[in-house]
Amino acid sequence: MTKSILLVGVGGQGTILASKILTAGLMEAGYDVKMSEIHGMSQRGGSVSSQVRYGESVASPVINEGGADMLVAFEKMEALRYIGFLKKDGTAVVNDFEIPSIPVITGDETYAPDILEEIRKHVSAKVINAAELANGLGNAKVANIILLGTIIKIMELTKIDWESIVRSTVKPQFVEINLKALQSGMDAV
Amino acid sequence: MKQLMTGDEAVARGAYEAGVRFASAYPGTPSTEILENMSTYREIRSEWATNEKVALEAAIGAAVAGSRSIASMKHVGLNVAADPLLTWVYMGVNGGNVIVTADEPGMFSSQNEQDNRNYAKFAKVPMLEPADSQECKDMIVKAYEISEAYNTPILFRMTTRVCHSKSVVELGERREVPLKDWEPDNGKYVCVPAVARRLRVKLEDRIRKLTEFSESTELNRVEMHPGKTGVIASGICYHYAKEVFGDSVSYLKLGFTYPLPMKKIRSFCEQMDTIYVIEETDPYLEEAVRVLGFDCLGNNFFPPYGEMTPDVIRRAIQGQGEETIDYDTSKIISRPPTLCAGCPHRGFFYTLSDRKNLMISGDIGCYTLASSKPYQALHSALCMGASFSLGHGAQTVFNMGDSGKRVVAVLGDSTFFHTGINSLINTVYNQSNTISVILDNRITGMTGHQENPGTGFDAMGEPTNIIDIETLVRSLGVKHIRVIDPNQLDQVNEALDYCLALNEPSVIITRYPCVLKKFSEADKQEFEGMFQGKCHVDPDICIGCKICLETGCPALSVGRDMPQVRIDRTSCVGCSVCEQACSIGAIEREEQ
Repeated sequence: MTKSILLVGVGGQGTILASKILTAGLMEAGYDVKMSEIHGMSQRGGSVSSQVRYGESVASPVINEGGADMLVAFEKMEALRYIGFLKKDGTAVVNDFEIPSIPVITGDETYAPDILEEIRKHVSAKVINAAELANGLGNAKVANIILLGTIIKIMELTKIDWESIVRSTVKPQFVEINLKALQSGMDAV
Repeated sequence: MKQLMTGDEAVARGAYEAGVRFASAYPGTPSTEILENMSTYREIRSEWATNEKVALEAAIGAAVAGSRSIASMKHVGLNVAADPLLTWVYMGVNGGNVIVTADEPGMFSSQNEQDNRNYAKFAKVPMLEPADSQECKDMIVKAYEISEAYNTPILFRMTTRVCHSKSVVELGERREVPLKDWEPDNGKYVCVPAVARRLRVKLEDRIRKLTEFSESTELNRVEMHPGKTGVIASGICYHYAKEVFGDSVSYLKLGFTYPLPMKKIRSFCEQMDTIYVIEETDPYLEEAVRVLGFDCLGNNFFPPYGEMTPDVIRRAIQGQGEETIDYDTSKIISRPPTLCAGCPHRGFFYTLSDRKNLMISGDIGCYTLASSKPYQALHSALCMGASFSLGHGAQTVFNMGDSGKRVVAVLGDSTFFHTGINSLINTVYNQSNTISVILDNRITGMTGHQENPGTGFDAMGEPTNIIDIETLVRSLGVKHIRVIDPNQLDQVNEALDYCLALNEPSVIITRYPCVLKKFSEADKQEFEGMFQGKCHVDPDICIGCKICLETGCPALSVGRDMPQVRIDRTSCVGCSVCEQACSIGAIEREEQ
């Protein structure tokens, strides 16, 4: 049975590194894996998504509307934008983090204060504050790895040797902090 | 060994394994990473060319001289390279040659959705279409065998999802292919009419032989399952169809799509009651099915544009997609891409947006974002290098009336080297008072920071000659040149005032590095102290007038709790454009 995980966020939040580690681990565990990303123009502060699919044999690298087992939003407005991609019984993990867009900054649009409530109306979202957890670890930049830890826990992938994957993916001086972040994300749910 | 690879990475790996020694490309999404990965293999001489035509011509030269070579580009790049392509096919190769085209169904980062499979038919160049990363690698190796066996260049057609999706690839070893000898052969390489007429006849013979190959090769294969419904697909569409239909239908999976295996298609269709032709953009395969006299569900049944994802296929066949969660979309904000905090284009476009009676002729690059709010300071974007020439034509016509309208034409440094330089020569030669602006951010920005002739490094990271844009422009005979720091708004205003007062060609060069660039020693020396400050708002002075927000900087925001503007210290790099925009001195820059 093919599983689909959709990671969404804003350009620059580290969704690509998180999905890179995730897919490397899945491949090591013997799954067939496909991942699709759209690079290019949207990276400049736009909405970004990484689509990860794994199973015995995966055909399409693309996740459809109504097709994701799990939606992981690195920014809460992006969770709302992509909720339609979740299966009816899918799981949403939402980082309680807000990034305004230029139309919000210039006053042409409003970032509603009750986005989490809006999401909760439709799915039983697990909300975590990755920024706070990351700051607690002393490095705001590992919020993405904390969210990766959450994915691993919820998708029951904890048996994979993530430590060696992290060691082979990030620079040596960042290995320890990333391992701590991964554990922190697993403990958060 | 197995590895997860994007299609782009797998193409580079395939070229490595096939013994390729020369690669050339111009960056363009989604093809850029092919050459970036190619340059990591030291056995392959990898080059960024100034444009796609030049890239292909260099790769042709390498093939003529006896090496296996490759040129890669995005779909619109092949328009630029079409001139050499259509005659190169006549000549035939010495070392094998592959031309990669990366098409963009859905137009994620492109100005049009052209289907370059049409080029195969148009140029009579054999075409391969991989469906995933493993096929990208294997088919590149196969492409060189076909190229040399049939004496022809090969068109390798990918799409965004093939280029940018990762899947598992089994790696192989590099096979060293000795360089072939070059001998003068004017009957082959000098395409004057007498030669071309002979080669034209031989070309038909080659296509006939390749048609036989197309009928027999496993690249075009049938997968039979019970039932009388069949799917004909190539590229990623094969996997999309598999996702929807699984083993409930039979497949004709086409990997070698010019010339098409008409007998194989006929035999497949004869066994089916219902035939779906699943392909993106143009009805390329469908037309072949119809020529053979079979009815099918294709372009008249599926949307004739965009991606043919499983969702799109399901909606067409079942009338609906998967069951989804209904929710209120009215609270979702738009999130368009923006110029980064510290982008050197900001100061220029913020200032330019205040000017009246202008037509701003734009081009392809990050600066195209200036067309949207808050700047709205760009009125056209056509193709690479067009801003100067389109601007010249417009200025010439405006000058025939009495509106006094002026044209400011803008493009980036890499776009200037691509084809903008030709356009500037035209403006100078034909003497219009167009103001041509080169936004020199010292790198090819939009595609993710590739070196170019102005940066001082080549694709392999080796130091090389820096082509100085100012010297180059001066050598064309442009008398009025202003080189400015675009973060200093008074310099931008002065340059615009100066050039708008002229009745002859002028050039403004804004020279400041992209904030995301990996800075060279030369950059650090020239732009000492760049991006080292931070701006902050004094809440006692700020009156909440929000003028600074018109700079469109993503580091600035207004909270829900108070009217004063805040500056995010993590993203601010102290470019000081907001400080200069603030008329009451509420923003201050501090050195770090």
